[in-house]
Amino acid sequence: METKETVQVNNESVFNVSDLSVSYGDFVAIKNVNMDITKNKITAFIGPSGCGKSTLIRTFNRMNDLILGAKVNGTITYQGVDLYDKMVDPVQVRRRIGMVFQKPNPFPKTIKENITFGLKVNNMTDNMDDRVEKALTQAALWDEVKDDLDKNALELSGGQQQRLCIARTIAVEPDTILMDEPCSALDPVATKKIEDLMQELVKEFSILIVTHNMQQASRSSDYCAFFTTKTSDDGKRRTGELVEFNETSVMFTTPDKELTEQYISGRFG
Amino acid sequence: MLPESIEKNMSNETLITGKKAENAIKESLFLFTLYICVTIAILTLMTLIYDVLSTGITRLTSDYEVGLITKIQIDNPVDFLTTLDSRYPDRAGIGPAFAGTVWLMIIVVFVTFPFGTGAAIYLQEFAPKNRLTRFIELNLTNLAGVPSVIYGLLGLAVFVRLAGFGRSVLSGGLTLTLLILPVVIVASREALKAVPDTIRQGALALGATKFQAVFRQVVPSAIPGMVTGMVLGLSRAIGETAPLIFMGALTYVNYFPDTPLSGFTAIPIQVYNWIGYPQAEWRETASAGIILLLGLLLIMNSLAIFIRNRYEKDL
Repeated sequence: METKETVQVNNESVFNVSDLSVSYGDFVAIKNVNMDITKNKITAFIGPSGCGKSTLIRTFNRMNDLILGAKVNGTITYQGVDLYDKMVDPVQVRRRIGMVFQKPNPFPKTIKENITFGLKVNNMTDNMDDRVEKALTQAALWDEVKDDLDKNALELSGGQQQRLCIARTIAVEPDTILMDEPCSALDPVATKKIEDLMQELVKEFSILIVTHNMQQASRSSDYCAFFTTKTSDDGKRRTGELVEFNETSVMFTTPDKELTEQYISGRFG
Repeated sequence: MLPESIEKNMSNETLITGKKAENAIKESLFLFTLYICVTIAILTLMTLIYDVLSTGITRLTSDYEVGLITKIQIDNPVDFLTTLDSRYPDRAGIGPAFAGTVWLMIIVVFVTFPFGTGAAIYLQEFAPKNRLTRFIELNLTNLAGVPSVIYGLLGLAVFVRLAGFGRSVLSGGLTLTLLILPVVIVASREALKAVPDTIRQGALALGATKFQAVFRQVVPSAIPGMVTGMVLGLSRAIGETAPLIFMGALTYVNYFPDTPLSGFTAIPIQVYNWIGYPQAEWRETASAGIILLLGLLLIMNSLAIFIRNRYEKDL
């Protein structure tokens, strides 16, 4: 991509999160998050179920707007722009920051139409065939599907479907890709393929990934954030909190916090 | 004997309690009751169909043995469908009523589909979740259960009198539209609800606007379900008599309705009318009308099932 040459400082941050908390009605899902996400790196969010990882990742492209009663406090800036500023159009945000979901969710249409839909809604209708081929190639799917682009996407295997979802996400040329447990519905072979793919994609995109899989986080991420839930004093409410955020290699060898160490080694969570 | 073997024997005995046989009897009794229920339902339907077919077939097949008294004029389906009504049972065709029903269905389809799906899409995808929306939803469900004569009354007041369409096929079609609109809206909403949320999210995550997500992804996926609901609504409308009589459909029509403002009759009204005559021969004519109505219903319901099976597995 053109922007690649302009990136000189390797540690440039793409997201700056400060004092972020997200609540649904009275329920606070996650609070007091402060972190800087580095550009063109893979940042993994790990932690037990219900700690607000998925909630957090959905604030990065304003997918939380779609949930009734969701409220975001604090600021989250994307390349210096406050994502929750009144003047910011969530549709444009989502176009720049793509998302891959937990369960593969191809549209019930042909493989080609799955890619072209995103192109059409973003007015990228020039050289559509080239764009389709490029996206599928980048997603390491082209060789498997090039002869049946008109096949219904639901006929693909789960792993192929997920790679198709990645392909349609990168087809619209975002800067960042959010992945919400992209491999949780896949077998180990398909998971391996997605992980290899992430290593390729990170050269061009910044990647944030939520995962339950500790090995996946340690294998494929550059940075790692560990979240946990804290139960309120009356024991009724559970709120997610960021415990530790560090380079993956550091976190998995010499974590700062006792809790992190316990979680990583499987003694809790 | 060793204690273990004793224990073993005991545990084996607990397996053989005779309970299984007892359960089997209960189960078969229950199944038997279910079979009886199903048989009664099917037998009733079969009897009805047999009765209608055996009586009405005279008017639809030419080689049927008849008495020597009169030559039967209407003896094949084409004649039956194209001939006008008559004073004589063997010369009475269902032409005007059939044409009236076709007119009604065309009007109902063209008005119900846009309004029904439009309302469903708005309520399901765009309406804010507030008190007013809930109130509308509640009313829709209630409207679907309102007796059909009430719609006839409404049709008479609004379309015949107020709008000045007169007792025309247009008024009739609009009245039937009102009747099935709640059913179609509810069915269409169900179809939209069945589209997984992940499809909406997937579209939005690609930078689609809400409008694009709904109209390019969600609605196309829901179309089979919507069409099925529409066809089922139509098959309800086709058999309705009361609202049409109430709003003033004619009972004796000796012409084919040629404009939306023509007077009309419909198949069920015509059948009702024929059944009312004292002469026994009219029963045969009426039965032939019922066969036609049943045939139309069968075709429409098969179409609904076909559409459902053909497209639903794609989701």
